[in-house]
Amino acid sequence: MKIPFAYIWRSLWARRLTTALTLGGIALVAFVFAAVLMLSRGVEETLIATGSNDNAIVLRKSANSELVSQIDRDGANILKTFPEIATLPNGKPFASTEVYVIINLSKKGSNDMGNVSVRGISPEALQLRPQVQLLDGRWFTFGTQEIIIGKNIAQQFQKCELGQDIRFGDASWKIVGYFDGQGTAFDSEIWGDVEQMGAAFGRPVFSSATFRLTSPEAFEAAKLRIQQDPRLAYMELKRERDYYEEQSKLMSGFIRILGLVVTVIFSIGAMIGAMITMYAAVANRTVEIGTMRALGFKRRSVLGAFLIESILLSLAGGAIGIALASLMSFIRISTTNFGTFSELAFGFTLAPSVIISTLLFALLMGIVGGFLPAVRASRLNILNALRSA
Amino acid sequence: MFILKLVLKNALRHKLRTFLTILGISIAVMSFGFLRTIVTAWSAGVESSAANRMIVRHAVSFIFPLPYAYREQLSRIPGITMVSYANWFGGVYKDPADFKNFFPRLAVDPETYFEIYPEFTLPPDQLATFKQERGSCVVGAKIAQELGFKIGDAIPIDGDIYPGRWDFVVRGIYKGKDASTDETQMLFHWNYLNERIKELQPSREGNVGWYILRVQNPGDMPVIARTVDQSYLNSRAGTKTETEKEFQQSFVSMSSAIIRSLEVVSFIIIGIILLVLANTIVMAARERTTEYAVLKTIGFSSWHIVGLISGESLLIAGIGGLVGLATTFPVAAGFATMFPTFFPVFNVETVTIIMAALVATVAGVIAALFPTIRALRMSIADGLRAIG
Repeated sequence: MKIPFAYIWRSLWARRLTTALTLGGIALVAFVFAAVLMLSRGVEETLIATGSNDNAIVLRKSANSELVSQIDRDGANILKTFPEIATLPNGKPFASTEVYVIINLSKKGSNDMGNVSVRGISPEALQLRPQVQLLDGRWFTFGTQEIIIGKNIAQQFQKCELGQDIRFGDASWKIVGYFDGQGTAFDSEIWGDVEQMGAAFGRPVFSSATFRLTSPEAFEAAKLRIQQDPRLAYMELKRERDYYEEQSKLMSGFIRILGLVVTVIFSIGAMIGAMITMYAAVANRTVEIGTMRALGFKRRSVLGAFLIESILLSLAGGAIGIALASLMSFIRISTTNFGTFSELAFGFTLAPSVIISTLLFALLMGIVGGFLPAVRASRLNILNALRSA
Repeated sequence: MFILKLVLKNALRHKLRTFLTILGISIAVMSFGFLRTIVTAWSAGVESSAANRMIVRHAVSFIFPLPYAYREQLSRIPGITMVSYANWFGGVYKDPADFKNFFPRLAVDPETYFEIYPEFTLPPDQLATFKQERGSCVVGAKIAQELGFKIGDAIPIDGDIYPGRWDFVVRGIYKGKDASTDETQMLFHWNYLNERIKELQPSREGNVGWYILRVQNPGDMPVIARTVDQSYLNSRAGTKTETEKEFQQSFVSMSSAIIRSLEVVSFIIIGIILLVLANTIVMAARERTTEYAVLKTIGFSSWHIVGLISGESLLIAGIGGLVGLATTFPVAAGFATMFPTFFPVFNVETVTIIMAALVATVAGVIAALFPTIRALRMSIADGLRAIG
């Protein structure tokens, strides 16, 4: 026979303060656990969304990011003749050769310097990345020293008002517009004309080339073509999405490893908290347990009742933790991505998998914390228990 | 004396509960200490920077090089007693996915580098061989140990910033003067880099990543910084001159959002310590309501009750704190061996120890507050009537 649920519920209610303290501990751990998962997911999603499966990017072999990659002009011209590259209506290859550098700008509200990515693009780049939309002002004109600024950079850094001039490289650049990259890494970049940038930074070579594949399947053929051409042997082709995913690995891995190590240690603390509460519950209710056993409730029913009590506590704690963590999704963090050494803005992303993992984690805390006390409760000898008052 | 004895007896009444509470607190204090250690390790470079060194880099950002010609010009500026220079080489050693294989690789001037960084100690014979041999390198003791580099070994690096395959022969292993010195760098000849890059990409010849200046008088630093930056204001490569401390700080502040979240998390731990401890003390005080009433009846003052409750709370918090602090050291050492190159310097600082001890004590006081107030307010008659 099962012990009625009302009994379990009332026992929790009877010791409100203790219940609340235990709940608080579990909720805090669940909060940190969920927040860490959300953050590492946020980094991944920002970068993965940046790349498209239809695009491919060419870098120098063993260059892990555009920052350290170089592609010479001859090579880039050969690339543009590839039949695997889609053609634009005007007959030009659907490809953008780009220069990628980082510059220092001062953050708003402090004198901290941030590394801001500056990307020189070809005119085709705007169609290659349709997610990038103009937010304010106008697009820059190719052939001039004008730039447009990603919305995150505009928010985070000083001197980024429309119409303002910024000096970097060998020139002064006029800010003519803001763009919205729809939550991608482009939000944290500054864009201008690749030829102007190359000249200003004294870079005769490109950093990378990105092109639209005729179809996602054309990727392998293009890769093979690069490998077989001795003039291009130093290059490596990657799907744009894979490339950006790699850029997220170092950062999201760091957040995840550090965060999870810390939360697992935390959770031991919270589990001990739950254990203390449940042991005390057993000790206080010895006579009650004896009475229930005398009435005919089985050992396993007693065990179950105490386990359920602890699981209820932990699930409620987990739910509170998730609720608190979901508030974090309004916060965006802007910091240096270790992978690219430049500023990247990302948020806390709440996904169903985060909720499930957090609840499971809370459940685990409840079961581990409640099991030993529940066993003690079920093992009590009826006579001794009744006498113990 | 009597109170102390009673506190001890009380604490031992529920041995299991007391043990669990101490365990919980010590784990929390340990993770607090560990997190604070990460925070301090992050800015270890700032703390260990020398007071007489300055760094000159490109004004736009550190990825742009400065001309080698600046070396001569810089050394003529009054107040500067030595000029050295270095380039970030980057490159990939073995599997880049393994954190262990990442260590800073710098092309330096062998003649001046060890002189301007006296905290890098290298035996004179090794220094002499290093200076003579073009393709040789010197590695820090920490990576030498972790990655098994011995004198005479060749280290293969795949270049990224500087393309091609590079092999360096280890001719020296440097040690740090004290625990706060970075022992994870690999240093080799700037000339060797420059000559090879001249063949591959002639346009990149004579590039220096940054200059390191030693100044006579630290008080002159602001003047020197202005003089240097002014003189290159209108040249192709403008400079930004900072003290070594400011230079290091600029790297730390890039990750300020992460450091701040680690700090927030470390304060959440204090919340957890408090909850675990408060739970135990509240429970104990509730069970002993009748006893407190009896004590009051036979003439003990309220202060005795305060002493009893907070004494027990402080005792448990104190033991938990001590155990936690004691375990912080092996945990930090374990982390440092697991990820040797993640943080060049990873030591538990004195500040961390003091903070952790303070946290445990404050938690002990606060946890006792609520049950103490309750015990003091309660009338004797109510207390005697209460059932645990």
